[in-house]
Amino acid sequence: MLHSALRAGLFAGAVFCASVTMAAQLAIVSGDSGNGLAFLQSQLKDFEAKTGNTVKIVPMPPSTSDQFGQYRLWLAAGNADIDVYMTDVIWAPQLSDQFLDLTAAAKDVVKDHFPSIIESQTANGKLVAIPGFTDAPALFYRKDLLEKYGKPVPKTWDEMAATAKEIQDKERAAGAKDLWGLVFQGNAYEGLTCNALEWVKSFGGGQIVEANGDISINNEKAAKALETVKGWVGTISPPGVLAYQEEEARGVWQTGNAVFMRNWPYAYALGNGADSAVKGKFGVSPLPAATTSDKPAATLGGWNFAVSKYSKNPEEAIKLALFLGSKEVQKNRAINQTNLPTIVSLYDDPDVAKAAPIIPQWKDVFMNAVPRPSAPTKVKYNEVSSLFWSAVHDTLSGNGTAADNLEILEAKLTELKGSGW
Amino acid sequence: MASTHSTIRIMPTGPGHPKRVRSELMRQRLRAAGWFLVPMLVALAIVAGWPLLRTIYFSFTNASLTNLDGAELVGFKNYLSWTVLKSGRVIWSGLLSDPAWWNAVWNTVRFAVLSVALETILGTVVALVLNAEFKGRGLVRAAILIPWAIPTIVSARMWSWMLNDQFGIINDMLMMLGLIDHKIAWTASSDTAMIAVLIVDVWKTTPFMALLILAGLQMIPRDIYEAAAIDGVHPVRTFWRVTLPLVRPALMVAVIFRLLDAMRIFDLIYVLTPNSAQTKTISVLARENLIDFDKFAYGSAQSTMLFLIIALMTILYIWLGKVRFDGGDR
Repeated sequence: MLHSALRAGLFAGAVFCASVTMAAQLAIVSGDSGNGLAFLQSQLKDFEAKTGNTVKIVPMPPSTSDQFGQYRLWLAAGNADIDVYMTDVIWAPQLSDQFLDLTAAAKDVVKDHFPSIIESQTANGKLVAIPGFTDAPALFYRKDLLEKYGKPVPKTWDEMAATAKEIQDKERAAGAKDLWGLVFQGNAYEGLTCNALEWVKSFGGGQIVEANGDISINNEKAAKALETVKGWVGTISPPGVLAYQEEEARGVWQTGNAVFMRNWPYAYALGNGADSAVKGKFGVSPLPAATTSDKPAATLGGWNFAVSKYSKNPEEAIKLALFLGSKEVQKNRAINQTNLPTIVSLYDDPDVAKAAPIIPQWKDVFMNAVPRPSAPTKVKYNEVSSLFWSAVHDTLSGNGTAADNLEILEAKLTELKGSGW
Repeated sequence: MASTHSTIRIMPTGPGHPKRVRSELMRQRLRAAGWFLVPMLVALAIVAGWPLLRTIYFSFTNASLTNLDGAELVGFKNYLSWTVLKSGRVIWSGLLSDPAWWNAVWNTVRFAVLSVALETILGTVVALVLNAEFKGRGLVRAAILIPWAIPTIVSARMWSWMLNDQFGIINDMLMMLGLIDHKIAWTASSDTAMIAVLIVDVWKTTPFMALLILAGLQMIPRDIYEAAAIDGVHPVRTFWRVTLPLVRPALMVAVIFRLLDAMRIFDLIYVLTPNSAQTKTISVLARENLIDFDKFAYGSAQSTMLFLIIALMTILYIWLGKVRFDGGDR
C-alpha cells in the first residue's frame, strides 16, 4: 500500500519534472495602456499553441515611472516569478545588469530592425531587449472642425495655437462649452519630459543633455519654448492639463472635446473605435515646429521585451521575447493597435498600409525622432528627467519664469553630473 | 479618574513610600506574561526591528539598489558633508543642505498638522452626534466607517477621478450649484493640490477619529450629565467643563495615533499628486530616491531621519501632553 503510493508519487514527480522541461510556465509583465493587454493576450495564444508553454500576464499601471520602480525592486530582489519584462526604450542602460544578453539569440533578426532602435537597446555591447514596437507621437487634429473653419493643418506652433483658439472660441459660442483647443501630457512625470523635449528641440533649444554629455538646456530658445507653452495653459488647453497623462488627454479627445491632441499612435486605433465620438473625424500629422524653417521633433518612445536574468526558464523566455518582437506579431500589432513596427520592411507592407494608413505616413515622423538623453546620462537618467520635468511643470504652473527655472535646472544638473555622468 | 484597565498594576500599600509587594503568585504571573509576549517580540524584531536597523545601516553607506551587498561605509556623508574649495568657499552637500528635503519636511508637517486638526474637530462633532440616542444609531455608526474601510489606494484612485477637472463629478456639482464659474484642476494646480489631498484624507480618516473619541465618550458616566442638567448648566458649558476634560485622555491618544500616521503619509499622495512639489512628503521623497534615482543610501538616510522625527514628536507629545496610554491621567 505504502509502496504503491510511493511509486505513484514518484511517477507524478517525474511527470511534473518532464512537464517543467518541456513546457514552461512563463510570466510576462506589461503595463500597456488602452486595449494593449487584450492584444498581448491574443498573441500569446499563438505562442502557447506553438510551443506548449503557458504564459501568464501580470498587468501593471500604465505610468512608466510606476512600472520602473516596481521592476527595479523585483529585479534587485532577484525575483524569479517574472520571466519577461516589457521595457521602456529608456531603461536599457539602467537595467542592463539584470537582463540576459540577447545578442546571440537574436543574431538572425537584428538586421531587420531599425539600427537606431537596436542601438538604443544595446548597453555595454549587450543587447538588453528585443524591440516590440516603436513610438513617435504626432499631432492629432479634428479634420471636421478644420474643414468647417477652412483652416489648414498647422505647421508651426503659433499657427496651431491661433487655429485652436479661433475654433475653440467659435465652437463654444455655438454651444460646445467643454471644447478645448489642445490637450497634451502635462502631469509631472516622464511623459512631460517627452512633451517638453519636443517643444525645446523644435524651437532649436537642444535636447537637455547632448549626446556627448554636455548640459545644454539653459538657453534662450528653450526658455522661449516653455514660455510659449505656458501661454497655452488655461487659454487653449484646460488648466487641468498639468495633471494629464496619456489616458486623460485621450479621454478629453475621444469624447470630442479637443481640436488638437499630442499623443502616441496607439490613440489612433482607439479613436476610430466604435465607442469613440471622433470616429472617422480626425487625422494625424507631424508635430509643428517653431517656424516653417525649423524642423519638428518627436520624442522617440517604444517598448521592448527583455528577459530577466533570474528566470527559471531562460530558454523558453528568450523564445517568448523573440516571438513578441517577430515580424508576425509586429504586423498584427501594426494592424490592430497602430503600434509602429521596428522592422523596416513592414512600413511598405500592403496589409499594414491598408489597415493603418497612418503607419507609412509615420515614417516621416520617425525621421524626426529625437532620443531622450538616457544614453549619455546612464543610471542618472531618471533624476535628470525628474529635474527637467519639475522645472517644466513649475514654469507651466507659474512658479517662476522659464529663464529662471532653466538656470536653476542647469545648476542642479551640473551638480548631479559631478565629474561625469 | 478611576483606572479601569486590566493590566497588572502594583498599588501603593500605605500612606508612606509606595512599597512594592511581590507575592510568589504575582511573580509567576509576570513570568507567564513574559512568555506570552515572546512570540510578539520576536515577530516585531523580524518585521520591524531588523528592517529598521538595516535602513539605519544603509544610511551610512554608499549602497545602490543594484549593489546592496557591495555597500561601503561612508560615515555621515549622506546626512551632511562639506568640501572646502581652493578659493576658501565651503560647499555643503547631503540631506540637511538639500532644499528638496526641507520642502518635503515642511509639506509633511503642514499636512500632518492641518489634517489632524480638521479630523479631530470633525471627529469630535461626529462622535457627539453618534453618542446621542436616536433611532437607527447602530446603522449610522456602521455606515460612517465605510470611508475608513476602503483601502487608501482605492479611495485615492476614486477621488482622483472625482477630482478630475474635465469629467470629475466634484467640478460638475460645484458648477451646477453655481459655486465656481470655471472647472478647477484640483490635483494639477499648485494652489489646490494640498487642499485636494487634505479633503481626501479628512474624508477617509474622520471616521477613525470619531470612533476613538466615541469610545472615550461612552466611558463618561451618565449621572454627571444628569447632575449638570438638574443644576441648569447650559449644554455648551457642559461640553467644555464636563465632556472635554473627561474625554481628553482618549482624545490625546487618538490625536497621537493620527499624527504619527499622518507623518508617514504616502499612498494617498503617491496616487493623487505623485510629483507635485507642493505635496511631496518625506515618504514620497524617500521612495523616489530609494528606487527611482538609484540613491538607495540617500533614501535610507531620509527614512532614518523620518523615523527620528516621528520618535522625537512622540516623546515630546507624551511628555508635554501628559498622555497615558492606559486611559488614566498622570
